[in-house]
Parts: sequence; structure tokens; C-alpha cells
Amino acid sequence: MTDFTMPSIPGSATARLRKPDLSPGRISRRYAAERRFRLYGVLAVGLAIVMLALLLISIVSKGYSAFMQTRINLDITFDAQELDPQNTRDPAVLKAANYTPPIRKALSAQFPDVTERTDRRRLYDIISNGADRQLMKMVLANPAIIGTTQSVSLLAGDDFDMLNKGRISRNVPEAERVLSDKQLGWFDKLQSGGRVHYAFNLDFLTSGDSREPEQAGILGALIGSLLTMITTIVLALPLGVMSAIYLEEFAPKNRITDIIEVNINNLAAVPSIVFGLLGLAVFLGFFGLPRSAPLVGGLVLSLMTLPTVIIATRTALKAVPPSIREAAYGIGASQLQVVLHHVLPLATPGIMTGAIIGLARALGESAPLLMIGMVAFIVDVPRSIVDPSTVLPVQVYLWADSPERAFIERTSAGIMVLLVFLILMNAAAIFVRRRFERRW
Amino acid sequence: MNDATSNTVMRSGHHGMALPMTAAGKERRAPASEATKIHSKDVCVFYGQKQALFNVALDIPERQVTALIGPSGCGKSTYLRCLNRMNDVIEGCRVTGTIALDGENIYETKLDVVMLRARIGMVFQKPNPFPKSIYDNVAYGPRIHGMSQSKADLDEIVHGSLERAGLWNEVKDRLDSPGTGLSGGQQQRLCIARAIAVSPEVILMDEPCSALDPIATAKIEELIDELRENYTIIIVTHSMQQAARVSQKTAFFHLGNLVEWGETEQIFTSPRDERTQGYITGRFG
Repeated sequence: MTDFTMPSIPGSATARLRKPDLSPGRISRRYAAERRFRLYGVLAVGLAIVMLALLLISIVSKGYSAFMQTRINLDITFDAQELDPQNTRDPAVLKAANYTPPIRKALSAQFPDVTERTDRRRLYDIISNGADRQLMKMVLANPAIIGTTQSVSLLAGDDFDMLNKGRISRNVPEAERVLSDKQLGWFDKLQSGGRVHYAFNLDFLTSGDSREPEQAGILGALIGSLLTMITTIVLALPLGVMSAIYLEEFAPKNRITDIIEVNINNLAAVPSIVFGLLGLAVFLGFFGLPRSAPLVGGLVLSLMTLPTVIIATRTALKAVPPSIREAAYGIGASQLQVVLHHVLPLATPGIMTGAIIGLARALGESAPLLMIGMVAFIVDVPRSIVDPSTVLPVQVYLWADSPERAFIERTSAGIMVLLVFLILMNAAAIFVRRRFERRW
Repeated sequence: MNDATSNTVMRSGHHGMALPMTAAGKERRAPASEATKIHSKDVCVFYGQKQALFNVALDIPERQVTALIGPSGCGKSTYLRCLNRMNDVIEGCRVTGTIALDGENIYETKLDVVMLRARIGMVFQKPNPFPKSIYDNVAYGPRIHGMSQSKADLDEIVHGSLERAGLWNEVKDRLDSPGTGLSGGQQQRLCIARAIAVSPEVILMDEPCSALDPIATAKIEELIDELRENYTIIIVTHSMQQAARVSQKTAFFHLGNLVEWGETEQIFTSPRDERTQGYITGRFG
């Protein structure tokens, strides 16, 4: 107390009692500031909602039509002479047969007056050139239809599909239009003949990619994404959580763990394409894993997700109140028991949040996957994590890059599927998080 | 007999005793009716470079309540946490000297700290029940220490512990509801039940009533008095009235030193050291 003196108050002799300034002006200014602040918040949220709505509207308005498809009914004659001259009904023969002529004949039967070569080729464009596969499948499933005439609903060509969906305007001069006036006339005739249908496009959800937009489906990429995500979760979550628990709870705090911590934080900020190059060099180059495989994609994405999971887990572990640890230590729990019985359950919601963020980012990632060949054009739906495959964002990228008009709607529809996948994944994670959340 | 242990000079006598105490030494002390449960000597604690405790030498008698008093930051909690090696958990904390439980040095490297904490329970300043059910709170210790063979066994332990903690009648109908839903005083008694469920020999209490209202405090104090029959209790408290009410022995800490210890009555009525005098009469602290 000796070297401590009260600061002398200027004019303390006439010191008056200081009172809070409660004048209406000051108080109303305070409230005004508060209202302003809230307004900014509401504006910010509002802006975000408007942006999101714009995004969704633009995607959905462009993409919803991909879930509908124009089909054309034709009376197809399955000519035994043409398809199975030896009358073997051998599947190999039936598979090898050419199913395009029956379609062309059926079309020509509709328009007997079209005789010129170029006109006929244009006429055949009305039906998708993948329609022969549909006939082949029909015949393979039921060889008895050979020799009969069946009314078959065939996929329309993509340009006619676009026309039917109103994406190709009839008001444009013929020279600037994909479809000629003649083609429009043929289509209109089919339509007035009641042969044009507009039906739900299940094929989009059940088939793989194709060069023909009307046949292109999302299933290959969807399964590819699913397999890649499963690989990522299986690798990144346990590895990340274990590393975080060790670093946070068990590791001694010294220079080495400091360096590790700094590097983990750095890794979280490394551009994803770098991880792709790493994956290319290590997993494909060194270990010789298959190109374009979800296994490698999952490995690369888990490398990318690990730092996020580790950081989130460490934060969640740190946030567990020390009193709980003390309580557990106090009754003789070992360090492992403290961590497993008390700290980890309490940290689970936080860990799940981190995992959701990391996986959501991984799901939307395309750059690193381009590096390991997941950008390849793959028609077959992958059946395992070593089959060649692509993923949803890369599929969207591939379609967005395609010149055909009809791929625009596929691109948007692909984004819609990606968003639904993302929402489902997040919902699942939130569900898990809720289950683990404990009430205090 | 009171004089024998209350005399601060006697400390040197204890120092002379061989550590760890031999069985013979223990037997020799037994007839004195005040068996020493915990014997500590030259206890120094460092937090990094800072020394928090200076050569503390204190004997804790069995089945009595020993109160540790002193102003904030005097090292009484630090000393308490040395007794079940809770300081091990703190980064950069170093303890030197000897602390012997029943003649066995607890800072011996081969000693299992988990077993030690099962023998020396602890109750903290802020009630800290686990975010689990009341039942699971009490059953946790017995479970991890493998104390029960069956569910019925465990039920019995839980029942008995809650009963002894004076909480059974209040919670018997809601054992499945979360322990954190209880009132502060009930939570603290739940923590005591949790501590005694593993049948410790010693219970350390670090200001157990500082977050409680007077009625809850009275209940805890009553409980401490009952528990004294079976357990050795060491309580850190800021309330000198509480120390006077519940303890038989009192130790006064100041600036990391053990200033004086002895019979509670003697400390409060005729302290030898003027710092003790100053503290208990409220001149500083």
C-alpha cells in the first residue's frame, strides 16, 4: 500500500456525483443503433436467401425437364428373316443382329413420300440412335415376338425432345435452327397422329452416361460418388478422429507435436488439386492402383478431408469441460476410460459437424478427381470401388462441356441430383449427431 | 493425546520415522488411537517455474475430518490435489517430496495412479455430475473397477451409496433422469455418492459447499460428519465457520507454506502463529 496512491481527481474539492446520462436523445440513439444492427443482419440473411433462391430457381427451371422424356410410338415389325435368318433363337445371334432397319422401316412406313437420301437420314433422326438397343433387349427378353409387329414406345432424338419441350423455338429462321422445316412437319404429323408421348424419364436415374443426351443417365456418377464417399468416410473419419484424440489427449506437448499441428492446419488450406496430383503420383504411379476408380478417388478425398476432421475433432475435444475429466479421473478412471466414456461422447456432436463439413466439401470436389482419371467417359455403372467410374460433380462438368442443346437440362438435372445427395448425406449426419447429443 | 499431535514441534518427530513406514512402525502407532492415514513430508509443487508449495509436512489422521484453510492462492487446493495425484493431469506441474498413504509412497513410479484414485475419492468445488443418469453417475466407478458381479450387486452399491450420501429418498423414483437435472446441493451430494460408491478410504473435498446455498451447505456438513465414521476426510474450505464446525484437525496454509496445523479447537482458540491469528480473526485473507 505504501507505493500506491489514489490518482488525484481534478477539482476533487468540488467533486460532484457522476450520474449516468439518461437523456432521451442518448437512449434513443442507443436503440437506433441496435435497430440498425439488426437491420443489417436481416438484410444479410435476406440477401443470402435471395441468392440461394435464384440459384435453385435457375437450376430447377433448367433441369426439371430432364426428368421427362419424349417418346414416339412406332409399329415395329420384328422380321425373322432380318434378325434371325437361321431361326436359331440363340441369344448370341439375337444380340448380334442389327435392330436399326426395323426402326427405319417403321419410320418410312409413316412417311412413304420421303425418298431422298438426305431427307431420309433426317427423318431417322426423329428416333434416338440408341433405340435399337431397346429393341434388342425386348427381343432377348422375349424371343417369341420375332415375326410379329409390336407397337413400341421409342426414345425420340434429342433435338426432337428439345423441340417437344419447347427448348427449340419454331420462330427462328430455318437456317439458324437445328431442325429443318421438314423435320418440324414430320414431328407435327407424328404428334397429330397421337404417336408422341411425354413420360417420366426413369432412364435418367437408372442408366449410365452416354454420348447421346437423350440416353445419358446419372446413375453411374451417383454410384461412383456413393462409393467414393463411403471410401472417404471409412478412411478419413476413423483416421482423423484417432489422430485428433491422440494429439489432443495423449501426445506430449513438445516441438514435434507443435510442428505436426502447424502442418495439419496448413494441409487444411492446401488447394484440392494438389491432393489430386499427390494421388496421381502416389496411388496410381507408385502403388499402381486402377485409374478412375472410386477407391483412389476416396483415398485422395480422404487425404483432403483428414485435416478438416482432425481440426474439428480437436476443437470438439477441447470444448469438453475440464470438470467432467476431473470427475472421471477423481474416481479412478484411466486416461483411456476418461476419453472413451466421457470426453468422446460429449465431443461427438462437434466431431460429426466437422465430418459433415469435410465430407460435403469432398462430395462437391472435382479438381483432384480429374487428376486421377475420374473424368473419363464411362458408360457402365460401377459395381465396386475398383471399377472405372466418375462422380457427380465431374459428371456435371462433363455434361456442361458437351455441345448438344439437350445436355443443358442434363447438367442442371445432374446438379439437382448432387444437391439431393448432399442434403440426404447431411441429414443423415445431423440425425446421427442428434442421437449422440446429450442434454446437459 | 490431543497435545501430542497438535504440537507443531512434533513434526520433526514424524520426519524421523522411516519412509515408507514399516509394518512395525504402523503397529507402534496404532495404540495412539490416531493412526496417521496420510503422511506427507517436504512436499513441493511447481507449476512450470513457479513454486506453489514449499516443503509442506502434514499428517492426516484416520477417520477424522481435516480442514485446510487459508487465503486464496495459498496452495491448499494444490496440496489436496497432490494427495490423489490429480496434479499429474496438469501440464507442467511437478511434485517433489514424499506423500505416503498407509505408509506407501504414492509418488512411487510403480504405483498405479488409477488404483490410488479408487482409494482416495474426490469431490470438487463445482458439482460436476456426468451428463448421464443419476444411476449411471453412481454406478460408473463400481463398473470401471469391476466391483459388482451382477446387476443386483450394482443396484445395491448404488442404493447404499445414495443412502449414505443422504440422497436416496430424494432421487429413488427418478434414478434414470439425468444427474445434471438435480439442484446444486443434490448434485454435490450425488458427487459424494459417486465418490463413496467405489469404497474409498479417503475423501478429498475441494470447497464442496462454495457453490451452494446455506441449507444445502448444512446438509453437506451434516453428511461429512456422518461420513467421518468410515472415511478419512480432508476438506478445503474458505469458510472458517465451516472448518470449525466439521473438522477435528485444521491446517492453515499461507503463500504456499503450511503455517500451522493441529486440533481445530486449538487453531481457532489459541493459534501459535500470528499469521494464523490474523487470518482467523479476519485481518487478512
